[in-house]
Amino acid sequence: MGEDGSSVELLNALIVFMNFVGIPAITYGSQLALGALGLTLVYGILRFSNFAHGDTMAFGAMVTILFTWGLQALGISFGPLPTALLALPFGIAVTAVWLLATDRVIYRFYRRQRAVPVIYLIASAGVMFVTNGLVRFIIGPGDQRFSDGERFIISVREFKAMTGLPEGLAIKTTQGLTVVTAIVVVTLLFWFLNRTRTGKSMRAYSDNEDLALLSGIDPERVVMVTWLIVAALATIAGTLYGLDKTFKPFVYFQLLLPMFAAAVIGGLGSPLGAIVGGFVIAFAEVIITYAWKKVLTYALPEAWEPSGLMQLLSTDYKFAVSFALLVVVLLFKPTGLFKGQSL
Amino acid sequence: MSGASASRREDGAGAGPLRTTLLFLFVFGLIVGTGLVQSWNTALVILGMGLVSAIMALGVNLQWGFAGLFNVGIMGFAALGGLAAVLIAMPPTPGAFSAGGPRVLIALSIGAATVIAAIAVWRRLSPGWLRGLAVFVLLLIGAVVFRRVFDPGVASIEAVNPAGTGYLGGLGLPVLLAWPVGGLLAAGAAWLIGKTALGLRSDYLAIATLGISEIVIAVLKNEDWLSRGVKNVVGIPRPVPYEIDLQRDPAFIERATGYGLDPVTASTLTVKLLYAGLFAVVLVILLVFAQRALHSPWGRMMRAIRDNETAAAAMGKDVTARHLQVFVLGSMICGIAGAMLTTLDGQLTPGSYQPLRFTFLIWIMVIVGGSGNNFGAVLGGFLIWWLWVQVEPMGLWLMQFITSGMADGSALKAHLLAGAAHMRLMTMGAILLVVLRFSPRGLLPGR
Repeated sequence: MGEDGSSVELLNALIVFMNFVGIPAITYGSQLALGALGLTLVYGILRFSNFAHGDTMAFGAMVTILFTWGLQALGISFGPLPTALLALPFGIAVTAVWLLATDRVIYRFYRRQRAVPVIYLIASAGVMFVTNGLVRFIIGPGDQRFSDGERFIISVREFKAMTGLPEGLAIKTTQGLTVVTAIVVVTLLFWFLNRTRTGKSMRAYSDNEDLALLSGIDPERVVMVTWLIVAALATIAGTLYGLDKTFKPFVYFQLLLPMFAAAVIGGLGSPLGAIVGGFVIAFAEVIITYAWKKVLTYALPEAWEPSGLMQLLSTDYKFAVSFALLVVVLLFKPTGLFKGQSL
Repeated sequence: MSGASASRREDGAGAGPLRTTLLFLFVFGLIVGTGLVQSWNTALVILGMGLVSAIMALGVNLQWGFAGLFNVGIMGFAALGGLAAVLIAMPPTPGAFSAGGPRVLIALSIGAATVIAAIAVWRRLSPGWLRGLAVFVLLLIGAVVFRRVFDPGVASIEAVNPAGTGYLGGLGLPVLLAWPVGGLLAAGAAWLIGKTALGLRSDYLAIATLGISEIVIAVLKNEDWLSRGVKNVVGIPRPVPYEIDLQRDPAFIERATGYGLDPVTASTLTVKLLYAGLFAVVLVILLVFAQRALHSPWGRMMRAIRDNETAAAAMGKDVTARHLQVFVLGSMICGIAGAMLTTLDGQLTPGSYQPLRFTFLIWIMVIVGGSGNNFGAVLGGFLIWWLWVQVEPMGLWLMQFITSGMADGSALKAHLLAGAAHMRLMTMGAILLVVLRFSPRGLLPGR
């Protein structure tokens, strides 16, 4: 190397960086952001940390997978895109029914009692188990594959042929799909919250419950709409994560920590914060657990080339990254980046 | 019973002694019934684990019942106790410490020094982006140096007989010593968490403890030099005799035949009874302490803080400091119980630590038993553990009953039978929800 001049070297470094850090982190960040949005909405409106959210995502993904299999059996496909996209509306509908049922049977009682947040929290842990048990009972605890359609938007081989560079860049269909879906969903959500009557009433309710009640906002309706949105967000996030990585019920429980960290970093109750928090967590996780040797070999002059892997933390500790960020935010800015508790 | 009028009384548990006695007799009956119907071996296994569970429940009750703190990291504290059992009781691996021990210790001190230096820099410099950059660079350099020193040390420790040991080993001390040490390890972790998350919104403690427990398990799974990771440490020395030695002891065989038992059965029962005896001693000691604490001025202060933090703060009580105190104490008890559990198993298997089993099950014990009542927590420990063991066969029977009419080999039948194993999750979740809704004060209500 080094013969073609340093600009090619830097270009190679950039491509390796994008391939192993940039694109995966943007994808993962979109998934976390969608998950954290669901958490933060429940916190803003119902005022509790919903421990069942990870398993709600698993539930939504499971229903979507079941419908996907059904569509595949009928021979219906979505061309180059995964069939799961067609199954999403069904998944959202069933998840919405499940969430509304849990609200009706469990949370509404505590709302009427005006219970303290920690009681909701314990109840949500109970809901978490029932949901998790249901998912394992229906689809089993193992891995499920359900992605079909084209695997890549650009594969490494195509990229190399296109540019003639030694390093390749791959973009999986699921990665592109995740980012596009996340942008569409977030745009719709913000349009809904800022422009529609119902969305405005939700924000009012989140800001000041008493004042909202006084001005004639029906709390039960606000809560219902919230659960509907949360069902959509959780199902989409869960399905995208399952498409991109793998569907396994236990994985969604483990996503709970990075999602909570994202929501807290952004400020619990702040939708914009949840999105920013999701990307902060995702980038921090990938950057800290990535072995930088290849990028640095390209980017640095030959004399400085690193000998080790240049990995700050093994990937087994990616949870430690979310946790460390969470602790830092709790210590220095407990309300989060975007002043939590205002929708 | 007297549950309703208890709030008027000056002292004593919320539930009357009659109710307490009857319920304990009922649970005792369940265990004896298991012995009669299934086998005495099963009954004693349930008893041993029930005792450990009761101790954990006692610790959680201290946090939740006394102070209203929600700890989602019980699993992590129990696992730290388990680690203590390995570090104290296992024999040291010959040659492992000289191979890389000093290097690892130096690396760990470099890591600690980096964090301390970062805190110092943060405090010294004036706020601004320069301070953030300085701390970031310091941490980055520290991390790189740490890995440079740490990794070769770890590699040489793990190279020592990797199939058999490949870790530092322990101190080779009596395993009973690991119980208090496990408590201290857990207390240290709890102090760090409490310092960060207490005094903020109650949800933050839950989220932070969830995080620390995941990290403790990740460390146990991946740091092979410390406790062999997922290769597990087996054969942790016991505080009680081995079955095989008892079976060789002529005096023991004679006594066993005197009771009409064959020596093999008699030896397994004896070992389990000895464990149960040891655990019972610990439980009684902790229960006495917890009862005295509950009825002391300190206990009344804790309840006052729990019931109205603002009022207690106005009376000059340092709410956050008291919360930290009780959080550390409760976590310490969980650590002791975790060390006892690993001693009972005789092995440390990081893969077996699951949040359902080690965190939420304990929660269900406390809530079902009666939060704020020490006897309630103990009762819940035994009762829910009994249920936990029995739900799986019950679920299987239920599924076999449901599927008995279906054709053999049908996919649905196979699926339903395979799914029976997941009935535990649903049952435990349902129990938690039902008790929380219809009997939030539990079987033995506290005050």
